[in-house]
Amino acid sequence: MKVPALDTLWVYLSGSPLLSLLATLVAFALAVRINRLVGGTPWLHPVTLAIAILIGFLLLVDMDYPSYFEGAQFIHFLLGPATVALAIPLYDHRERVRRLLWPLVVACVAGIFTAVTSTLGIAILLGVSQETLMSLAPRSVTSPIAMGIAEQIGGIPSLAAGLVLLTGSIGCALGPGIFRLLGIRDPAVQGFTMGLAAHGFGTAHCFARLGAVAGAFSGLSMGLTGLLTAFLLPLITGLLGLG
Amino acid sequence: MPLVMGMSMLLACQMLGELVARGLSLPVPGPVLGMVILLVGLLVRGGVPDSLRLAGEGLLRYLTLLFVPAGVGLMVHGALIGEELLAIVPTLVGSTALTLAVTAWVLARMQRRFGVERHERGDQ
Repeated sequence: MKVPALDTLWVYLSGSPLLSLLATLVAFALAVRINRLVGGTPWLHPVTLAIAILIGFLLLVDMDYPSYFEGAQFIHFLLGPATVALAIPLYDHRERVRRLLWPLVVACVAGIFTAVTSTLGIAILLGVSQETLMSLAPRSVTSPIAMGIAEQIGGIPSLAAGLVLLTGSIGCALGPGIFRLLGIRDPAVQGFTMGLAAHGFGTAHCFARLGAVAGAFSGLSMGLTGLLTAFLLPLITGLLGLG
Repeated sequence: MPLVMGMSMLLACQMLGELVARGLSLPVPGPVLGMVILLVGLLVRGGVPDSLRLAGEGLLRYLTLLFVPAGVGLMVHGALIGEELLAIVPTLVGSTALTLAVTAWVLARMQRRFGVERHERGDQ
């Protein structure tokens, strides 16, 4: 009597968006707690940790990704308006952005070129498959743009999105050390660099850790990098004869 | 009511961006264009309405959380990533480190140089 009742309960729960929404929020809250417990180290980023916890949970209860996403899409949807909202800190710091416009554009082009050539170079040296290579190429732009580009040059869009997220967490982990090594303290430079190399993940990290100036520049570079990469990448892969 | 007003403004800009991106078949996602549209709007208006700031800064504070659902999608490609893990991880770590270093270095150099140029022009 008890077992079938539980069964139907589970069928109801796993079919409604409630469970995945709650699981996502609880996993995130838990991940933030754990991160704080270990002293806020960027090596155990709350987002990476939350993702790992959720994947573990889904495997444990045997729920597939599409059913999870049916509920979690309500959180995912807010990425759109949040991206639009990046205009607010950008507006607040408009004077600084205007003064730095040319340095920013030059740094952006240099950064994209480094990102693409080093990714392709190392990956080819290590002998990855063509499909993976083309999914890796757009890895330093924000996921929606990366998915479109990957499709265009012959990669797998959803794999590209995943690699973008991995890049983001790696960028957040490496960033502080590299800034220290190069002696860079300016939050504008740090923010812009994080936005370029670690896109939305880096931007979120900047808002959470480095403040509004870094966040504004990070958002700016994320948008600028996305725009420029969409045009530059097909050119670069074509030049290297990979397209 | 302010939260509703602010959220409506954000969604309206996103929708406009989405329409422009699709209408002109640009390779840029709608929200990024929406950000540009909102920025232009703020520059024209010359200020950020309180309601917009409330909604926008609330969302930005939780930006990290919003990436979680997409990230869980990595589980779909677990097998493929596992197969090429030894190539993918060094590639991502190596090129991300290089990208961070080059971008920060170029921007810091350019900023210094640009600052000096401005100063000289100011002296003349």
